[in-house]
Amino acid sequence: MAAASRRMERAAPWLLAAAILVVWEAVCRVFSVSEFIFPAPTAIARALVEFAGPIAGHAWKTFWTTMAGFSIGVAVGLALGVLIGSSRFVYTALYPLLVGFNSVPKAAFVPILVVWFGIGATPAILTAFLICFFPIVVNVATGLATLEPELEDVLRSLGATRRDVLFKVGLPRSMPYFFASLKVAITLAFVGTVVSETVASNDGIGYLMMSAGSSMRMPLVFAGLFVIGTMAMAMYELFALVERRLTGWAHRGQAAA
Amino acid sequence: MSDVAQSGRGRVEFEHVYLAYEGHDEFAVEDVTLSIRPGEFVAIVGPSGCGKSTFMKLATGLKPPTRGRVVVDGVPVNGPLKIVGMAFQAPTLLPWRTTQDNVLLPLEIVEPYRSRFKRERGAFAERARALLATVGLAGYGDKYPWQLSGGMQQRASICRALVHQPEMLLLDEPFGALDAFTREELWGVLSDLWQQQRFTVILVTHDLREAVFLADTVYVMSKRPGRVVARREVDLPRPRDLEITYADEFTSLVHELRERIGVIRKA
Repeated sequence: MAAASRRMERAAPWLLAAAILVVWEAVCRVFSVSEFIFPAPTAIARALVEFAGPIAGHAWKTFWTTMAGFSIGVAVGLALGVLIGSSRFVYTALYPLLVGFNSVPKAAFVPILVVWFGIGATPAILTAFLICFFPIVVNVATGLATLEPELEDVLRSLGATRRDVLFKVGLPRSMPYFFASLKVAITLAFVGTVVSETVASNDGIGYLMMSAGSSMRMPLVFAGLFVIGTMAMAMYELFALVERRLTGWAHRGQAAA
Repeated sequence: MSDVAQSGRGRVEFEHVYLAYEGHDEFAVEDVTLSIRPGEFVAIVGPSGCGKSTFMKLATGLKPPTRGRVVVDGVPVNGPLKIVGMAFQAPTLLPWRTTQDNVLLPLEIVEPYRSRFKRERGAFAERARALLATVGLAGYGDKYPWQLSGGMQQRASICRALVHQPEMLLLDEPFGALDAFTREELWGVLSDLWQQQRFTVILVTHDLREAVFLADTVYVMSKRPGRVVARREVDLPRPRDLEITYADEFTSLVHELRERIGVIRKA
């Protein structure tokens, strides 16, 4: 009984997705919705197959652009997070500015980036970076700042330097926070890339969707949506897996407690 | 007997020590004067909020006194000491390290072990294993702390406090969160370790039986501002057995201290 219900639980998301697709298809057919307005799943699938080559090319472009922006975001986010999390002064000085910066919609930066760098990969990479580094900063800083005072006392009474405390305890301890933020950051980075590509690029999935939309090829637009969603989800799952592998102690610790 | 006792180090003197925390007018501890011999086992008892933990911070140099001075081995303390081991009510083990690696942590930080750590890792690991075995944790070195019970974690925490052979061991209610049976068992473990190595111990506790069972000298502190209001030597013979906690002289000692604290309450 328990095994059956667990199988059911595992199958549930797939079943739900399949059900939605069936209903979607049925609605499109029964009401004969125009393909130019709202294409049926089968039409989208046809577009995916028909334009597989160009889609793959654009997807690859979007993928590496996102990864480039994400990598910069990780590096900068980690550095800023460590800085903010380990110094009260830097925290007080920098944090309000960061919050203010984060409140600006990143799409608003794209026109500026285009003026500076022209259209193409550079503004897309930078938009991806700008949109994804903030959650990393916040999480790493939180991980460092919530260090138990007793633990710090133990280390300091051994004559540990601030560097020791950071490397022996602070950083390992903030790793679960860091990996949790990577999952959020990677999906945000895809958003940044696509936003920039739709207005300021001649390739990438964002550009593909924009140009397909302007020529009323809606199945292709939806195919682009499907591809970008799949890529972001795959990367999310990848980082979730890395998180479980590297910081399993944090989750198992909670389970045992 | 270890080198520590032979060199006679671990002498702690408080000379009219006052400490006020930042932003407080009132002193957390006031006019504390006492002297702890090398290898002495001292317990500090008092009602909660009497500045016991503040006392610990002063003794380790984590907090400088506002007035007066703390002298350890003839040298006034003006920064964190490097010869102490500490354990708290929470075991504060690192969950990403195995129990053995947790015990090894001080050796990665304290000189002279630090610079030898890479070369002599094997020997140090052996030392950690031996120490874990003495507290009844043989074979648990490869387990993670969260796989151990609370009492076992606290044993490991005490091992971590002792692995670098400190001259002073500071314990801040280390058994406070444990059940009565485990607590009494760990009294024995701590007592044995101390008998073997003879480091100086400062134990902060609010358990009077614990203080009397373990210590050579018990200091009673008053409620805020924390002052030492009584000093009582415990002359029960050593090694002490748990049986002694049922003896008349033990209970009368506990009573006597209890009355002291009662008096403070009323005052």
